Amino acid sequence: MSNQPIIQVRDVAKYYGDEPALAGVSLDIMAGEFFSLLGPSGCGKTTLLRMISGFDVPDRGSISIDGVDMAGVPPNRRPTNMVFQSYAIFPHLSVAQNVAYGLKRLRLGRVETKRRVEEALALVALEGYGGRQPHELSGGQRQRVALARALVMQPKVLLLDEPMSALDKKLREQMQTELRRLQRAVGITFVLVTHDQEEALLMSDRIAVMFNGSIAQLDSPEGMYRRPVSRQVASFIGMMNFLRADIASIDPSGATVNIEALGSALLPGVSVGKPGSATIGIRPEMLTMLYGDHATAERVFRGKIVDTEYYGDLTLYQVRIDDTATVVTVSMRNTAGRPILQAGDRTRIGWGAESLVLLDPLESAK
Amino acid sequence: MDQSQRAPGGLIFYALVYLLFLYAPILLLPLFAFNDSAVIALPLSGFTLRWFDVLWDTTALHAALYNSLIIAATTSVLSTCLGILAARAAARYPIPGKRGIVGFIMVPLVLPEVIVGISLLVVLIQLGMSLSLWTVIMGHVLVCTPFSVAILGAAFNNMDASLEEASMDLGESALGTFRRIILPLAAPGILASMLVAFTISFDEFIIAFFLTGTDATLPVYIWSQLRFPARLPGMMALGFLMVLMSFALLLTAEYLRRRSSRLISGDEAEGASLFFDAASGMR
Repeated sequence: MSNQPIIQVRDVAKYYGDEPALAGVSLDIMAGEFFSLLGPSGCGKTTLLRMISGFDVPDRGSISIDGVDMAGVPPNRRPTNMVFQSYAIFPHLSVAQNVAYGLKRLRLGRVETKRRVEEALALVALEGYGGRQPHELSGGQRQRVALARALVMQPKVLLLDEPMSALDKKLREQMQTELRRLQRAVGITFVLVTHDQEEALLMSDRIAVMFNGSIAQLDSPEGMYRRPVSRQVASFIGMMNFLRADIASIDPSGATVNIEALGSALLPGVSVGKPGSATIGIRPEMLTMLYGDHATAERVFRGKIVDTEYYGDLTLYQVRIDDTATVVTVSMRNTAGRPILQAGDRTRIGWGAESLVLLDPLESAK
Repeated sequence: MDQSQRAPGGLIFYALVYLLFLYAPILLLPLFAFNDSAVIALPLSGFTLRWFDVLWDTTALHAALYNSLIIAATTSVLSTCLGILAARAAARYPIPGKRGIVGFIMVPLVLPEVIVGISLLVVLIQLGMSLSLWTVIMGHVLVCTPFSVAILGAAFNNMDASLEEASMDLGESALGTFRRIILPLAAPGILASMLVAFTISFDEFIIAFFLTGTDATLPVYIWSQLRFPARLPGMMALGFLMVLMSFALLLTAEYLRRRSSRLISGDEAEGASLFFDAASGMR
């Protein structure tokens, strides 16, 4: 990955009637990175992808690819290729003919075309499948053909429109890993559209989370998970406990907040926001259930388990904090030697101020 | 389940009578086509092939057949071309008033052919055109195009729009996409449309009757021969051959139409079964 932007999106907007599908989006996608557009359906992520590919035209703003403004450039003249959600494998052509489809116009000659097709099929682990007909392929194999057909064109950017949504869970997980490996191997910029936050976290170098036609946050997967900027982003990516809080003061050492049921805490390094009410987030796995009377942590509260959800490798506990009505979710791995607690059991929970996240710091009094 | 699968006896009887009523007259054709008597009446008097020999020797009949073949072939090509344009436009482009326009194209399906024939005749005469094979072709294109639009509409509507986008995405032009993706996928539908239009035009009598000049089509010729009782058995033989040909063409068309929808929607069927697998896997 370089620091050279390959796609520059500037203030792109699209309206369907009065409803903005995209409300002035700007972003840079770097050459060689795996970039994901993540959001619920209708957030504008697919519209943005279709604008990059040329199938949709922005009402306002500009998109340039590799320094060239794409205004008025039709899809067939853009240095992008797309893997469609339905894969769009041509049903009347064999696998090899599908992969060679775009090469035909390049007039490479038979030998070179054949070599490139075989190379592309090898890249997606479909050696020897060239003679098959599309209807003989499984869903995963069709996806590989769609990938090979796009990659054989050696695009500057590969666009992927929810490519995993038609695959079952096991196959999806396998293809996610494989796609990541493939992207690293070919070094082409990948732009993935997905509504699956796990998929985005697993595969991307950077993620743009979109809501209602705008980018809510653009960050690395880790940054997105650990430092979500808003309650909306925090609840879309993983699970999060939300607690009401008051920002008492902000000074160079950080922000002092009074959190419901937990008490006062200093958030080191937090300098944005202003005194007033706020929301504090804490991930369920950042709350630690303390076993035994001597186990301790920076801060501790006591509570009673009101409900449990068993997931095999981990258990989610709903814990009501003593003397309050506040219920928080605590996630614990089910490791050897540790009993799985039941509803009604009492417990002590440890936590630390460094795992607290101040959400929507710029919107006070909400 | 068993109860609902067995039709009541009354309905079966009704269906049989209905079929008999529909097809019994047609069954008379081969009966009398091979009957060794110039009089069309029972009882049958013996087997013969001489009525077919008569057909073979009648040159006026050959001219009419030739006319009909030219008209049917031209009509099938023209109405299929128009059908491709209309069906494709209706399937892909947001045209204001699309339903109304398509409805308008389909109207000749329900318009009485006598009306169509007379109206066309009046218009053509007003325009000062002389009646020829071309005027018949115009009339036939009018009544065949709705069938072409219906058959091709199904073919184009079932086509996944992302196939075209994928082709464009891979660098192909709009025209190239039409040639390399849309036409091959619609080919069975196109053939089916041509066969149906051919059959309709070949058998059509009323419009042809109004719009032919001196060149009679086959149905018009047959009608003219019915005045001569001696020619009747020959016409029976001819009718028998025409029924055979119509059946063959329509069966081929139907086969092609089914193959086309299988080919085009093969994707969706696969997707559906995949979804089913995923769902049963999760349980």
